[in-house]
Amino acid sequence: MSRVHAPRGLAELLALRADLPGAALMAGGTDLVPRSRARGGLPEDVILLQDVPELHGITSGKGLLRIGAAATHAALLADPRVGRGLPVLARALACLASPAIRNMGSIGGNICTASPAGDTLPPLHVLEARVELAGREGVRELSLAEFILGPGRTALGPGEVLCAVLVPRPEGFSLQHFEKVGLRGAMAIAVVSLAAMLRLDGRGRVAEARLAWGSAGPAVVRCPAAEAALLGRRPTLSALRAAARHARAAVRPIDDLRASAAYRREVAGNLLLRLADLSSR
Amino acid sequence: MTIRFLLNGREVACESAPDRRAVDLLREEFGLTGVKEGCGGGECGACAVLVDGSARLSCLMLAAQLAGRSVVTVEGLGTAEAPHPLQTAFAEHGAVQCGYCAPGMLMAAADLLARDPSPDREAIAGAVSGTLCRCGGYGKIVEAVERAAEAMRPGPVRKALRKKRGGA
Ligand SMILES: Cc1cc2nc3c(=O)[nH]c(=O)nc-3n(C[C@H](O)[C@H](O)[C@H](O)COP(=O)(O)OP(=O)(O)OC[C@H]3O[C@@H](n4cnc5c(N)ncnc54)[C@H](O)[C@@H]3O)c2cc1C
Ligand code: FES
Ligand code: FES
Repeated sequence: MSRVHAPRGLAELLALRADLPGAALMAGGTDLVPRSRARGGLPEDVILLQDVPELHGITSGKGLLRIGAAATHAALLADPRVGRGLPVLARALACLASPAIRNMGSIGGNICTASPAGDTLPPLHVLEARVELAGREGVRELSLAEFILGPGRTALGPGEVLCAVLVPRPEGFSLQHFEKVGLRGAMAIAVVSLAAMLRLDGRGRVAEARLAWGSAGPAVVRCPAAEAALLGRRPTLSALRAAARHARAAVRPIDDLRASAAYRREVAGNLLLRLADLSSR
Repeated sequence: MTIRFLLNGREVACESAPDRRAVDLLREEFGLTGVKEGCGGGECGACAVLVDGSARLSCLMLAAQLAGRSVVTVEGLGTAEAPHPLQTAFAEHGAVQCGYCAPGMLMAAADLLARDPSPDREAIAGAVSGTLCRCGGYGKIVEAVERAAEAMRPGPVRKALRKKRGGA
């Protein structure tokens, strides 16, 4: 039988975390519970994050949004600063799992699970979000690329907790898009996904492009060559086809039961072509 | 541990291992067998209950997580004598075939209608998209939720009456 702890504040949480280094943190439990049960049971100690108010708030700061790690996907979608202000993230949240899982699952849980198919990760990469980690020794900040080391592996220290996700407010990115290819409409794990943000100049040419693919490698794939291929050009089909060639060369997908690596590579490039339709509207 | 919470509007307390699944606690300690288990892993939605008003999956929740919350199961949505409009609509519009998915469907729909009293068909389909019906009765289910939403919305007569009474 596991012991279940329910700290009522961040200080209490950090003290418990330091005392029980083997304990599992549990926000929504939508990854932890099925994964542990499949392995024969929950760890000896489970620390619930549901009653730690510091981890749930969403606050606007200087040019950025600070999202508490335990904020649920549903809470984020209901907040206009995300729903309207960060369309690339909102689109990913809207197709993550199912409504009940969105009521339970948290953004911090999605990040710490570090799944190559984690739907919030490509959007958070293009938004250049950072994570704030707290431990007894203090607080530190990492980029997402520094935090996520590989499938299921993060830089979270033994006594640390992911407290918040810091998202700089994107200025001037008129085109923000997320698309996931799955095996069905609802409850689909990504076969491949793309998050894209384009900043266009007065003449409709790409001044900055940020592109990130999910389920296309052990972690999110950014492709500077594809981004550079778009610079100074309108996002037309021919420009996007050139970028797509770079993308197909950059991704490192695997074969699994959902799709072959070759299919993923093809689709990773094809997803870029959608941006032509979106920018011509 | 002793777990105290509000269950279908009543204060309850029970002794339970803190890591017991909420679905087992509700079914075995309280006999609320309307809470169904399909997959036990978050995939089917049959075990959904309302926790503090929002639909959650009781197969992925621990008993300890219920402490201090308000939990509503299909048994608390309405009674046989005074059914909830969703329950009436499901019965009247043929939305129940074998019925195994019905409690989860009703919880998902109740969550939706609490947030959005006038959902379109797409919103309804989205709201029940995490609840599997293996009888394949989605068309009738979506229709029943639409009818229930209509029945619950204050129509012109109810609106006028409310105004007269000075209510909101
Ligand atoms: C049926 C089903 C469908 C799903 N579909 C999708 C999908 O389409 N897309 C998708 O991306 N995911 C999907 N998931 C996975 C999951 O729902 C999400 O990853 C969710 O965001 C996890 O959040 P959580 O709060 O439930 O995490 P939890 O299960 O509570 O935690 C996950 C992991 O992160 C750690 N953790 C959590 N919070 C913190 C913190 N603040 N600090 C440090 N460590 C922490 C935990 O210890 C654990 O190891 C699905 C899951 C299920 C069961
Ligand atoms: S039994 Fe809980 S989702 Fe299937
Ligand atoms: S009515 Fe049989 S599962 Fe839906």
